[in-house]
Amino acid sequence: MADASYPEQLLYHPDHDWAEIDGALATFGITWYAQDSLGEVVFYEPPELGTTVSKDSSYSEVESVKAVSDVIAPLSGEIVEVNEALADAPEKINEDPYGEGWLVKVRLSAPAEAEDLLSAADYVALLG
Amino acid sequence: MSLRRTPLYEKHVELGAKLVDFAGWEMPVTYEGVREEHLAVRTHVGMFDVSHMGEVEVEGPGALAFLQRVLSNDVGAIEPGGAQYSCLCNEEGGVLDDLFAYRLGGDRYLLVTNSANHSADLAWLGRWSHDFDVAVRDVAERYAMLAVQGPHARAVAGRTLALELPPRMRVSHARIGNRPALLCGTGYTGEDGVELLIDPEIAPAIWAELLDAGVVPCGLGARDTLRLEACFHLHGNDLSPDRNPIEAGLGWCCKEQTGFVGAEAVARARAQGAAECLAPFRIEGAGIPRQGNPVLAGGERVGTVTSGSFSPSLEVGIGLAYVRSGLAEPGTDVEIDVRGKRRAARVASKPLYASPASRKEN
Repeated sequence: MADASYPEQLLYHPDHDWAEIDGALATFGITWYAQDSLGEVVFYEPPELGTTVSKDSSYSEVESVKAVSDVIAPLSGEIVEVNEALADAPEKINEDPYGEGWLVKVRLSAPAEAEDLLSAADYVALLG
Repeated sequence: MSLRRTPLYEKHVELGAKLVDFAGWEMPVTYEGVREEHLAVRTHVGMFDVSHMGEVEVEGPGALAFLQRVLSNDVGAIEPGGAQYSCLCNEEGGVLDDLFAYRLGGDRYLLVTNSANHSADLAWLGRWSHDFDVAVRDVAERYAMLAVQGPHARAVAGRTLALELPPRMRVSHARIGNRPALLCGTGYTGEDGVELLIDPEIAPAIWAELLDAGVVPCGLGARDTLRLEACFHLHGNDLSPDRNPIEAGLGWCCKEQTGFVGAEAVARARAQGAAECLAPFRIEGAGIPRQGNPVLAGGERVGTVTSGSFSPSLEVGIGLAYVRSGLAEPGTDVEIDVRGKRRAARVASKPLYASPASRKEN
C-alpha cells in the first residue's frame, strides 16, 4: 500500500472523498485516509452510467472484509464514466487511490459547489 | 466507561494494530490486513490474543453432577485431560452461551466463556451451584489466552516454547516461562492448533518469542472470517437466548437424558423439529452479505443473515442465516437482500471451507 498522500491539485470533501475538476467534468475517488481506515477493499460495484449524484450523498459503496463504507459525492452531477476495472481489481483503490483507484467521472450540474470543498492543506488539517 | 486491556495491549500498539471496542475490551481487529492474517492461519501459523475470554473453574465432589445439570453435553463423557463443547441453556432451552469445558483433574473443570457473557454466566452458574457440593470461581484474571492456529501451529509453538502439545480436544498441564500453564488442543479457526492459557505476567514475553519464530499476529477480524468459513457459531450473532440449540444446528452437543437445565425444552424442539434453522450459504456471484440482511425465496422473506462476510479463502460472500427449515437443505437457491440489492445465494453444507488437513482426517 502507498504511503499517506494528499495531492495539491485535488479538492477534498470532509467525508474523505476527492474531486479533480477538468472543465465541466470531475473525477471522484476516496482519499488515502478513507482507504486506510477501511482496510483492504475486496468488493466494489461501479454505479450505473447516467446516475445522478448529489453533493454530500452516497453514490456507491466500498467494502472491506469486515465493513461497508458509503462513498459520498463531493459534487453534484451525472455519472458519465465508471472505473469498470475496479470490479475485478478493487485493491487498486488501496494501492493507488488517486490514480488507478478513481471511481467515477461526473458531468457537473453545479460547478460552483466546488467552493465548499477543501484544499489539500485544509483537509490534512481536518485529519489532525 | 474505560475499555479493559489485555496483558498484550502494549504489544498490539507496538505492532500498529487497529484497535476496537469488543465487548468492553480494547482489542486488535487487524494488524496488517484481515485477508493476509486469515490466509496466514490457513497456510502457515497465526496467533490471536484472546485474553478477553473468560475462565471459570468448577471444583469439588459435586463438580460433575453440577456441570451435568448446567451444560447441554454429557460432561460425564469427558475423561481427565479431555475437552468438550457445550451450550449453557436457560429453562426455555435458549442458548445463554456456548463454551468449552476442560477436565483438568478428577473433580476439577475449567470453562472458557465468551467475554460478553462472562459475568452473566458466572451469576447463572452461581445460582445453580447452591444445590451441589462445588465451588465456582471466576479465574479470568489468572490467565492470558493465546490461540496459535494453522497447519504449522503445533510444530512452531512446540519448538519455540519447548512444549509437548496435547492432541486435539485434549488439555494438558505444563510450565511456560516457569509458570503453570494449560495447553488446550482446541481452536476457533477450522485449522489445527493450540490455545495456551498462561500467566498474564509472562504473556508479553511469550508473544514476542512466537512473533520472532514467524508466527503472524492476527486480529479479531481474521478470527471472525476463519470461524465463519468453518461454520463455528458466534454467540450474539448466530446464538442467543431466543434461539435453542436445535434451531442452531447444535443438537449434537445436547444430551437431554442428562437432565440439564433446558433439556425438556430442547427435547420438545428436537421432537417437533425447528421452524427455522441456521444454514450456511455462499453468494453466487457478486455481493457480500452482512448481519441483518433479509433472506428471500420466491420474492418472499424467509429468514435473516446472522453472520456475513467476504471469505478470504473462497473469495466470495458467505454467511450463516436462520431460514425456514424447508429451505435449509444444501443446494437450495435463495436471495440475500444486501442493502436493497438482491444477490443470488445457495445454501451450502458445513463447513463452508474445510482445511486440507481436516479433509484428510475425515
